[in-house]
Amino acid sequence: MKKKDRMHKGGVEKFIANFGWPRIIIAIFLLLLFVIAPFIGIDVGTSLSDMLVRVGMNGILVLAMVPMIQSGCGLNFGLPLGIIAGLVGAVTSMEQNWQGLFGFGMAVLFAIPLAVLLGVMYGYFINMAKGDEMMIGTYVGFSVVAFMSMMWLRLPYRNPLLVWGFSGTGLRTTISLTGFWMKVLDNFLAIRIGPRFFFPTGSFIFFALCCVLVWAFFKTKTGIAMSAVGSNPQFARAHGVSEDRMRIVSVVLSTVLGAVGMVVYEQSYGFIQLYMGPLYMAFPAVAAILLGGATINSATISNVVIGTFLFQGILTMTPSVINGMLQTDVAEVIRILVSNGMILYALTRKGKGTVK
Amino acid sequence: MTNEKPLLSMKGIQKDFLGNRVLEDINLDLAQGEILGLVGENGAGKTTLMNILFGMPVIQQTGGYKGTITLDGEEVHFSNPNDALMAGIGMVHQEFFLIPDFSATENIFLNREVTRYSLLVEIFGDRLRTLDKAAMNERVVQVIKELGVNINPDTLVSEMPVSYKQFTEIAREIDRAKIKILVVDEPTAVLTETEAEALLAVLKRLAAKGVGIIFISHRLHEILNICDRIVVLRDGKLIKDISSGQSDVKSIASWMVGHEIGDFAFHHTENHRKTENFLSIDHLKVLMPGEAVKDLCLQVHEGEILGIGGLAGQGKLGIANGIMGLFPAEGSVTLKGKSLKLNSPLDAFRAGMAFISEDRRGIGLLLTQSIGLNIAFPLMQVKGGLLKKIAGLFTWEDKKKIREITSSYIERLDIKCTGPDQSVMELSGGNQQKVCVAKVLALSPQILFASEPTRGIDIGAKHLVLSVLREINEKEGTTIIMTSSELGELRSICDRIAIVNEGKIAGILPAEAPVEDFGLLMLGE
Amino acid sequence: MKPKYSLKGALISNLVPIVFLMFAAFAVPMSGLSIPYLLHEMISRLARDSLLVLSLVIPVLAGMGLNFGMVLGAMAGQIGMVLVVDWGLGGMPALLVAALLGTPISIGLGYFCGYILNLAKGREMVTSYIIGFFMNGAYQFLLLYCMGSIIPITNPELLLSRGYGIRNSMDLPNIRQVLDRLVSVEVFGMDIPILTFAVIAVFCLFIVWFKTTKIGQDMRAVGRNRAVANGAGIPVEKTRILAIIISTLIACYGQIVSLQNLGTINTYNSHEQVGIFSIAALLVGGATAENASIANVFVGVFLFHLMFVVSPMAGKNLIGDAQLGEYFRVFVSYGIIAVSLLLHAWKKRHEMLERRLLENEGKE
Repeated sequence: MKKKDRMHKGGVEKFIANFGWPRIIIAIFLLLLFVIAPFIGIDVGTSLSDMLVRVGMNGILVLAMVPMIQSGCGLNFGLPLGIIAGLVGAVTSMEQNWQGLFGFGMAVLFAIPLAVLLGVMYGYFINMAKGDEMMIGTYVGFSVVAFMSMMWLRLPYRNPLLVWGFSGTGLRTTISLTGFWMKVLDNFLAIRIGPRFFFPTGSFIFFALCCVLVWAFFKTKTGIAMSAVGSNPQFARAHGVSEDRMRIVSVVLSTVLGAVGMVVYEQSYGFIQLYMGPLYMAFPAVAAILLGGATINSATISNVVIGTFLFQGILTMTPSVINGMLQTDVAEVIRILVSNGMILYALTRKGKGTVK
Repeated sequence: MTNEKPLLSMKGIQKDFLGNRVLEDINLDLAQGEILGLVGENGAGKTTLMNILFGMPVIQQTGGYKGTITLDGEEVHFSNPNDALMAGIGMVHQEFFLIPDFSATENIFLNREVTRYSLLVEIFGDRLRTLDKAAMNERVVQVIKELGVNINPDTLVSEMPVSYKQFTEIAREIDRAKIKILVVDEPTAVLTETEAEALLAVLKRLAAKGVGIIFISHRLHEILNICDRIVVLRDGKLIKDISSGQSDVKSIASWMVGHEIGDFAFHHTENHRKTENFLSIDHLKVLMPGEAVKDLCLQVHEGEILGIGGLAGQGKLGIANGIMGLFPAEGSVTLKGKSLKLNSPLDAFRAGMAFISEDRRGIGLLLTQSIGLNIAFPLMQVKGGLLKKIAGLFTWEDKKKIREITSSYIERLDIKCTGPDQSVMELSGGNQQKVCVAKVLALSPQILFASEPTRGIDIGAKHLVLSVLREINEKEGTTIIMTSSELGELRSICDRIAIVNEGKIAGILPAEAPVEDFGLLMLGE
Repeated sequence: MKPKYSLKGALISNLVPIVFLMFAAFAVPMSGLSIPYLLHEMISRLARDSLLVLSLVIPVLAGMGLNFGMVLGAMAGQIGMVLVVDWGLGGMPALLVAALLGTPISIGLGYFCGYILNLAKGREMVTSYIIGFFMNGAYQFLLLYCMGSIIPITNPELLLSRGYGIRNSMDLPNIRQVLDRLVSVEVFGMDIPILTFAVIAVFCLFIVWFKTTKIGQDMRAVGRNRAVANGAGIPVEKTRILAIIISTLIACYGQIVSLQNLGTINTYNSHEQVGIFSIAALLVGGATAENASIANVFVGVFLFHLMFVVSPMAGKNLIGDAQLGEYFRVFVSYGIIAVSLLLHAWKKRHEMLERRLLENEGKE
């Protein structure tokens, strides 16, 4: 866009150009769903609560996308690595029968070191694969998920609530969190209005905390250097910043956030899904942040928040409303089309102001 | 070898580019079988003139040109290279336009392959014709024989020595039906002496067959060797059109370089001390594509303003880039007796050096970020400045201090903007350059490399940048090494000027030396 | 100048199939499965899946990497099959009609895919990967909602109990192994589907012939160096789209061949793994995202399926856990692609640096 044009664009035009048509369409769509809902007999309060719970559940996983996007490593399709670290942390905490917020905290504590380790390894791969990061991330992610599937069968977990009944070894595919730390964050200082509205304060506080930490990180010397690497690697290199090092740091950060985000996800979902569960979990997070306005090499906290709200909103509302209207279950199809459509849109756009 | 009617006639060619007149009233004739040498500094207009002749889209996109071009008596006006090709004009570029994994034959015939008819053409169209490899090979063998070289047509380009790649390019141009004019741009730059001789022989052979050749080069002995006529361009004007027999090296050099000084007066200070071994550069070799440095030795005096000049592509830009670690470098650089680690921008910064890059937008700036961040970045990353500790643990950007510094530079350099938070992308070229200058000033460097610091900016900004450089040299004793393609600019503020030719220092002269002497150095004499 | 040939170079470029061969040498005896049985299995799978993997060769030629978008062709083929079953066709005519129906759909989908890939130059593989998922949504929409409602389906047995939408799986009794059995030769007690292999051979010949045409040469040029090809006047965008269309078509026919061999369609699942497994097989055969030959196809299908069949039993006998063997097989499939991509990225950078150094040496 020529400079002249941009300065002369009206307020509305400028908003549209910045916000992007797909986002606007989806936001209007979501609004429409909320408006139609009561007419089909769907309670707005419950829907809203569902949506909020899901935002709290998924937010940090979306946040995990930011460091790698900022450092120019693209969309983190290798999120399963962080997710696995989160799973290991959770299962280890449950093995000791730790409960409540303590159990949750220990799960996070156990997950982080493993996430750092995996992140460093993944970071080295990412540096080898400059230009093809997303593809390699996908397959490294898949390989690790498959590898862990073998491990889950063999790792020395013994807690009878976790392992298969008759053999006594090998973790179950799905493990329930009832009695451990199910919904501990969600319920922490939760706000209930009437019989139907529920605000998961704890999750939101935690989500907000993580957002603030990430935001603050990008104001530090390292964070600024990292953003420079993603925005203009030649500039960064010319000013003494090590591109490779920054990329590894960003990968470690993303993986750690993925691990933490997974533990939060589990506590809200109420179940731990091992084996092939994490295989495709990167996609919703990727779609969400792109929906929030991020591009392949630039993402902000507001992208994360807006994106998570919009995406989870669509996921929550579409099944109930459309199924209510058409008496069918097109939810799945819409989810596929929307999330992948968003990713496609982002992939076909040029980077934002980068010098490539 | 001259006929009555010229093969090519360019009359009154004029071109404006972004408000600047880059070509004015150029009149050029080329006869059949004539070899015309085109000489000029970078920016003199040679490339633009050839782009016009060749119908490059960039000419059309920037407002077209005035004047007429006549080919074989008919007026022509090409709007894309393919039309020029069809009319018989071929161009051999400096960067090879070849596919490395293809053979010589395949490259020569790229998109012009000889094909055999097959039934499927009826249904699916022409592109389904099968390649007639035998016929193509035969033709290539012939063309190669015409050139008088010895290349196996099946050799892959990636496995050829550089000269053979050159010949393949020429073979391709020749094979295009009815080639009338061949333009070669610095063809011997990448060749060894023997290879260059072979190439010149080939060109002479082509000319003997009636092909008109426009030979662009800065190697005067080659020009005097094979050219029939020599045309010298300077600042977009045609300075001289003379037969090569009537000219000599010295006069060509002075035609090429001699011009008005510009509006800066000579102004040198004598406050530099001839300290022994201040900055010693020994046998520097830099791998910068297009500006390679081969074996450069240079002594820089403390407190001086040293100019580095030379023609484009000879390596002058490679020096600063190599020392500051942007491109792979070898050799030794010593600062005050201490050896500087090469290939590490961080070490260069820590040794007290700083760099204004010639690539303002690519290397010099983070376009999407604010003025403040750009100015603060090196200071922050290199010296840990402009940071404050939060809770004793995290180092955070010190927004307040950054604003202060930025505002002071905005004022000092008269940067036209809406404030320290404005995105650099929105500034004009001149103001962007001022941000780059501010960036290095903030570091208070001992040695400052400034590459093309006034390229592409308005006259007011030019003045300001140069005077700021002069100021920090006088007041703070900063040693400045300024690389520029504008000799006049260098002569106006530098104490000494070194000229780089073919990746080495051709010579160092005091700034007041006569202009032709610089010209000679640039031409490698 | 003769190219440098080194044992090291040969080993590195064929590293993946060599590793797989070693693995097979170890796992085959471990699995306890008999050689004749394995041989029979491999021949059957070669006949079944080679055409699908073959579809990947042309996009690689055109420099577009591994075309995950081949699943679009598989979907087209499946739609053809569903309709054919609905109309009650059987035998060879059924296959031919299915192919006929799938052709225009493949061309349309291929064009769409190629168009988007042109917008995402440099990121073709990820993009085609996502296109596959995206189209899967559209496919589900078509088959789960439109068929039986907007698109009339005459055979009620094909529909879900709710009245519209195609069933999850259906048998193909009239089509099962039609092609395979049509001309088959018995060798050592194994049935070899000669006609199927003949069909595959025809497509192989097509690819070989294609490379000798002008358009094949254009595609090669585009694949090697887009800028030079563009400068020479080759219509880069159109050529790339054409490559994808051809790939989609071959994948369509490949899926039809595959389905007739299996004898059942898993309406919503059959095509999903097709992309991943075909690409894994091609990589196992020694191909890379920049170079794929017909030999890679067959070697790859053979080795990949060998590992596929052998792993669970080997796992069971070695560790006592068949489930582990299953997961091991998945791990190796994905890991192979990851390692192959990594190795190749590393090699590419290494080569680029070397080439830069060499260019500069030449200027001495």
